[in-house]
Amino acid sequence: MPDPSTAIHVEEVPAERPWSRVLKRGQTLRIVDIEGQQAVDALLYCLDVPGERYSAQDTLRTQGSAYLALGTKLVSNRGRVMASITADTCGQHDTSAGCCSCESNAVRFGEATRYQHACRENFILELAKHGLGKRDIVPNLNFFMNVPIDPSGNFTVVDGLPGSGHYVDLTAEMDVLCVISNCPQVNNPCNGFNPTPVRVLVWDPPAPGGTGLAKE
Amino acid sequence: MRMSAPTRSEIAEANRRRYEALRAAGQDAAPKALPPATALDGAPVADTAVIAREEVPFGWYTTVPMKRGEALRIVDGSGRSSVSVIGWRAADASERLNCADTAKVQWSAALSKGRVILTDMGRVFLSLIEDTSGAHDLLVGGSTPESMLAAQGGTTRNTRDNFLAAASKLGLGLRDIAPCVTFFAPVSVDAGGRFVWNGHAKKAGDFVDLRAEMDLTLVLSNCAHPLDPAPATAGGPIAVLRHRVPPTAKDDVCRTMSPEIARAFDFTDRLYA
Repeated sequence: MPDPSTAIHVEEVPAERPWSRVLKRGQTLRIVDIEGQQAVDALLYCLDVPGERYSAQDTLRTQGSAYLALGTKLVSNRGRVMASITADTCGQHDTSAGCCSCESNAVRFGEATRYQHACRENFILELAKHGLGKRDIVPNLNFFMNVPIDPSGNFTVVDGLPGSGHYVDLTAEMDVLCVISNCPQVNNPCNGFNPTPVRVLVWDPPAPGGTGLAKE
Repeated sequence: MRMSAPTRSEIAEANRRRYEALRAAGQDAAPKALPPATALDGAPVADTAVIAREEVPFGWYTTVPMKRGEALRIVDGSGRSSVSVIGWRAADASERLNCADTAKVQWSAALSKGRVILTDMGRVFLSLIEDTSGAHDLLVGGSTPESMLAAQGGTTRNTRDNFLAAASKLGLGLRDIAPCVTFFAPVSVDAGGRFVWNGHAKKAGDFVDLRAEMDLTLVLSNCAHPLDPAPATAGGPIAVLRHRVPPTAKDDVCRTMSPEIARAFDFTDRLYA
């Protein structure tokens, strides 16, 4: 497990705010749910050809199951592995429910909620820094968001795992742009009805031979 | 009379109560109000209502422009095909069929007669006005070169390449191809989270009627679903019939399915007000 003191980057993402960073192949991003029950929406883009991006359906088809877990390979719309989940203390992550938007909030919770901040607003603002836009937003990863799908198809956002400090690690398997939205949603349980900050840490890959064994 | 503003935790509690009430309505009242499946010999289309007919060979795709108020019948005559569909609003291709919002807003990943398919902009894209099957997939998506290689040891025609070809011919590209819905693809999720293929739910002659609720363009790909264990070359042609249907009434069964969907229809109407 990476040692937080060796991280090359540590940053707190305030409640309701976006964040992005390029992850080079082999680097690991940790997202820490500092206070608990805080959903983090994430998208990945291939740095060289951003038309290639994270694909929820390709990811789920490849693994044959509906939820993200330790070991899940995050697959692109061209069938390539972009990153893997290499640590996970939570075990409840979604990739079928997409992000919240002003427009879907208005449909789900009434016209008044159209004027509340939403993940898609965050994604648009953050993607613009990289020459990307709404057209590039696809149904995303939702870390720490629990969306059970039952055999009849019932599909519900339920309470996230309680407890502070849960984290998930993504290790990049190609150079990727990672964009996240620290979810502002207050109308469903994905943030415990109370959005809170999260922390991101980035590590370089372990040095060659850095297995703990003595070098020759 | 209360004079102070509600506290943060009171707002949170009120929001939680609203969410639970919506969930109960969405997963109890709405499913009970869904109409039964269309009979295989039901809902005939009069010749005078037909706008265009097409047959799409197995493995191939077609691009269908539709006006608001038209419907598209897709018929799986052999019972061995699955039809993956993506689409865009005609006036703005950044607005598109959105599987995630479709499931989330209806509290269900199961599509059947009476359900709708939404765009990412809180509007209704398609209404499922007839459906003999009720066995469709929003979660897994279509076939790809990799899935075909794994299924049969070689790459063949597949949905990912079909979508790319169709999108490119419209001046669109990879970034415009969102997750698809696949009709006649009976996929469910078991208690352990694994996808299950319920092949017994497929019938020769299954059809759906998709009513366009805005001017739009669809791409249909007629390929085997990646979870279908049948040999991936076993499918048949699909019939595609574009036809005129009556305007969506205020008491339309899709429109009145839930308060959420009624709002999505209202927001769609504003485009044409």
